[in-house]
Amino acid sequence: MSEKIPGLNQTDSKTILEIRNLDISFRTSAGIIHAIRGVNLDLCKGETVAIVGESGSGKSVTMKAVMGLLDSNATVNSGEILYTYTDAQGKSVTTDLLKMSKKDLRQNINGQRIAMVFQDPMTSLDPTMTIGKQIMEGMFLHERMDRGAAQARALELLNLVGIPDAEKRFKNYPHQLSGGMRQRVVIAIALSANPDILICDEPTTALDVTIQARILELIMEIQQKMKLSVVYITHDLGVVAKVADYVDVMYAGRIVEVGNVNEIFFEPKHPYTWGLLSAMPDLDTEDDRLYSIPGSPPNLLREPKGDAFAARNRFAMAIDEKAEPPLFQVSPTHWAATWLLHPDAPKVDMPPELRARLERARKEAEKYL
Amino acid sequence: MGKYILKRIGTALLTLLIITFLLFLLVRIMPGNPFPSERMSDDMIANKRAEMGLDDPILTQFANYMRKLLFHGDFGNGTSLYYGVPINTVLSTCISNSFRIGGLAILIGTLLGLALGITAALHRGKFLDGFCTVLSIIGVCVPSYVFLIFLQYYFSFRIPFFPYFFDQKRFLFSSVIPSLSLSLFTLSTIARFTRNEMVEVMDSDYVRLAEAKGLYGGSLIRRHVFRNALIPIVTVLAPLIVDLLTGALVVEKIYGINGIGKLMVDAITGEGIDYNYVLALGILYSALYIGIMLLLDILYGILDPRIRVQGKAGDA
Repeated sequence: MSEKIPGLNQTDSKTILEIRNLDISFRTSAGIIHAIRGVNLDLCKGETVAIVGESGSGKSVTMKAVMGLLDSNATVNSGEILYTYTDAQGKSVTTDLLKMSKKDLRQNINGQRIAMVFQDPMTSLDPTMTIGKQIMEGMFLHERMDRGAAQARALELLNLVGIPDAEKRFKNYPHQLSGGMRQRVVIAIALSANPDILICDEPTTALDVTIQARILELIMEIQQKMKLSVVYITHDLGVVAKVADYVDVMYAGRIVEVGNVNEIFFEPKHPYTWGLLSAMPDLDTEDDRLYSIPGSPPNLLREPKGDAFAARNRFAMAIDEKAEPPLFQVSPTHWAATWLLHPDAPKVDMPPELRARLERARKEAEKYL
Repeated sequence: MGKYILKRIGTALLTLLIITFLLFLLVRIMPGNPFPSERMSDDMIANKRAEMGLDDPILTQFANYMRKLLFHGDFGNGTSLYYGVPINTVLSTCISNSFRIGGLAILIGTLLGLALGITAALHRGKFLDGFCTVLSIIGVCVPSYVFLIFLQYYFSFRIPFFPYFFDQKRFLFSSVIPSLSLSLFTLSTIARFTRNEMVEVMDSDYVRLAEAKGLYGGSLIRRHVFRNALIPIVTVLAPLIVDLLTGALVVEKIYGINGIGKLMVDAITGEGIDYNYVLALGILYSALYIGIMLLLDILYGILDPRIRVQGKAGDA
């Protein structure tokens, strides 16, 4: 069935999470903000999807909707979040997470099936509880383990996430650990009840650069071991290149380009993706200034007319002011929402400096393959 | 933890000693003297001063005072008030009255305040939240004696159920009205504080993480919200408690309670300033304040591991 929906990759692996036509708005004192405007997204078993975009593009909100963690002023206007899992009898079950009650969601989904790692490890652990207790909480809750078994498993998890001296650390409070260690603990908590899906909301943004790579490698390693499907939310394209199979580029509450990691990095089609890639710092460039996309994202208090990116797009055409572009298919897995892909549009390629840069990157990458 | 407590106790005792000395000096420096000059001749005053040792060097006086206080627990006799009755006797009645009424007020204020604050936080943004907020703002704004007079009028005068004045023989029954009116401020302050702290904690990342783990409802509040919200509440509790135990001045006067608030006023505004009463009450107030702060510091340490456990940060 997914074949008919534009913007979804048509691979034959089993999808376990399907977001369909998600539309969310927030009531604020300034008015209603239409933050998510029809998002479609697929996550297949064992794969990694990265959602990329500027702050406020809606990437976190989309995943918070999956977790049932939306703030109380949010309204889901329409859409479905279909989650497929194997139940205790070995039957495959598909449920719409948006239709579940909060209680039901917490009891049956959160933690044990879909878990989340948050952005800032300095604030995401309870300061008054030992980390051991915080890790075991999920096990008591979902698996009704007895204390001894839970403790053994918690120590095992601490070892798995690479915390030395697990027995000693088990009784530590969060303030006794460094940022990188705390993020490892948060990952251990996320893994405590054997989830299928791990959502990582900018898991390395708040960390020291030297620690970032190690945490990413840890998540990848665990993904292999536990056969997890992972969703990354990030604005760091370096992270995306390192971890992702598929990339969803979000802008102003919509997905504007989606493709596998090679398509997005070497053959991007959307001017916004071009901008994002050009804005990455690069050591080999001749230009001594760092590029940035002009302007700032639109205020979603007012519904954008036409293409939301038009005002910041130097390739914008007259039609961009009038109508929002649909997703045009580039390859079986690659789609982009820009009028430049319309058959009648003039042929516009990415800026030559970016083309040159991506070529360099491709050659660099081939060396390692 | 043991070291933490010992350190706190040491600091507390030292502070109390310094305060006692300063109080002793200040009382002596204070304008006015303990004798009603219009009724005593200069000779009589001179005799009296000599008898009370007021002409000795100040350090000798202090040493004598401290010796009596420390070894016999004796605050001496009044210098003008209740002449000839030991201060300890008068003080013990007053303290027991004030403390029992104040203690009752603390109990009511804290428990109801917490209940109100939690209710408001759990219904954030809804009617109950607004209702509790309005209640607590009224409670903070209305002085306790106004509420006392209101209660007196309706529940002693119009409906003669509670006694109109304090009655030592029917202690508990006649404590209801003053305790209730005294608790109002504490209740409202605690309610507002609890509500704000709870809301803040409920918005915190670690509560999000707990929800992501699958916790919800009562167990989420109990395990992650309440304890974290309680820590700052403990801090505001200390001054509120001391205020209640000691600052019931006007309420005590209106309701005719023989308490330490009333005693303090009498000691200063009587025929002469009663050195020993002022001093005794000053020391008592300070000791109370320091003692309660100490107690709450220890409680703070129990609640907050960041104070209790100091550890080295490991590397990632």
